[in-house]
Amino acid sequence: MDESLLRHLTPSVTAVLVRRGADFAAAEDAVQDALVEAVRVWPDDPPRDPKGWLVTVAWRRFLDATRSDTARRRREDLLEEEPAPEVAPGVDDTLRLYFLCAHPSLSASSAVALTLRAVGGLTTREIARAYLVPEATMAQRISRAKRTVADVRLDQPGDVATVLRVLYLVFNEGYSGDVDLAAEAIRLTRQVSAAVEHPEVQGLLALMLLHHARRPARTAPDGSLVPLAAQDRRLWDTTAIAEGVEILQAALARDALGDFQAQAAIAALHADAPTADETDWVQVVEWYDELVRLTDSPVARLNRAVAVGEADGPRAGLAALAALDTALPRHAAVAAYLHERDGDLATAAQLYAEAAHQAPNLAERDHLTRQAARLNRR
Amino acid sequence: MAKYLLLKHYRGAPAARNDVRMDQWTPEEISAHIQYMEDFAARLEASGEYVDGQALAPEGTWVQYGGEGKPPVTDGPFAETKDLIAGWMVIDVDTYERALELAGELSAAPGKDGKPIHEWLELRPFLTAPPTIEE
Repeated sequence: MDESLLRHLTPSVTAVLVRRGADFAAAEDAVQDALVEAVRVWPDDPPRDPKGWLVTVAWRRFLDATRSDTARRRREDLLEEEPAPEVAPGVDDTLRLYFLCAHPSLSASSAVALTLRAVGGLTTREIARAYLVPEATMAQRISRAKRTVADVRLDQPGDVATVLRVLYLVFNEGYSGDVDLAAEAIRLTRQVSAAVEHPEVQGLLALMLLHHARRPARTAPDGSLVPLAAQDRRLWDTTAIAEGVEILQAALARDALGDFQAQAAIAALHADAPTADETDWVQVVEWYDELVRLTDSPVARLNRAVAVGEADGPRAGLAALAALDTALPRHAAVAAYLHERDGDLATAAQLYAEAAHQAPNLAERDHLTRQAARLNRR
Repeated sequence: MAKYLLLKHYRGAPAARNDVRMDQWTPEEISAHIQYMEDFAARLEASGEYVDGQALAPEGTWVQYGGEGKPPVTDGPFAETKDLIAGWMVIDVDTYERALELAGELSAAPGKDGKPIHEWLELRPFLTAPPTIEE
């Protein structure tokens, strides 16, 4: 039973139903039913044409649901009267669904949930578990999202950037659970990348692959966080790195730099260094300069200060940091690190403790507390 | 996408504006208050933002490890405890602003004379999982 094939087919099957005149919400429900049926039936009786099978079953489900509806007559009239929605030429059906699920009228959490269900083919229960909310809550979130986009016509492509933002969120803010959301985000980004020529799509895919490659080295056996400089680089997934670098190079060659490509370039420079000491920090700083130019993001400036500290020494890093607002998340952590490098261990210890107090997640807090403890013990 | 705890205190919070003990309300006022809380939770469920809600008994027991081979030591309740949690609600929202908005709404629950209590609620963000992207 190849569940990844099943989920890969999800958006294109939904798209067929929508093209035949089903509204998105009903099509999506029907496809979910068909997926459940496939999981039940396929192990004993695998279809020769999986997509055809899913379309047939989903369409039948859709018709059943429509017939049992009290508004049957009205709907059937509508189906007969209304011409099939215009299909914008050259835009892949699957891609159209991505645009719909990431529609700007949706909140971030709704777009994420709808994307995982309608194009990812995950069940509501799986999504609820992944985001640690009750299934009923997730079901409501999804059905509200469907209502929000009910009147959006699938006749024109949206902005790829909105889709990328959603996929980035799935990757970066994925929680624990049965579903590997990072891997799922990579799978979906691959699908978008195959459907649309866009250097930032490739940039995001490269960024994901390069960070995903580090995952085995990122946590110690006891679950604690291992910072980049201390990671055992032999544990990095070299296949994912090679693929990420190749995709990034192809994107950069198109000379349309964007946020994700710049971030991926920084990740690639880290991936390229056999040891932390061999990192090409001068180039990392240059890429942060690009990133700051592109996004003007304070977080990019903060990370740039770290890179400057490595490239030109901790004093230079502290000077770069001095220009930034101390209220920025992780400002104290960066200051602590640079002061330690500068030899001011007492200040560093104090700042690590302060940073631990402000840490937005438990793993970081524990890590920073250990740093403070290490310096306090000397 | 962030979870927040809305914490309600029996004691320990600054005084509410409409600060009258519940047993001094009319039964109808109590019913209206409870109804407001239930409606609030139902709205959150419908908007896909509800995670959990629980009420706690006011009296508890302090428990401590008693040492090797010994039963746990219990004590209390301590009358002098300044802070006492009455219950909580957990929400999962897109922004901090939305969390503030919801907390404000919950604090508007009607009390004596059907007027909003203006109760002080404590809003605490959950610590999350670390982001996947490190730098």
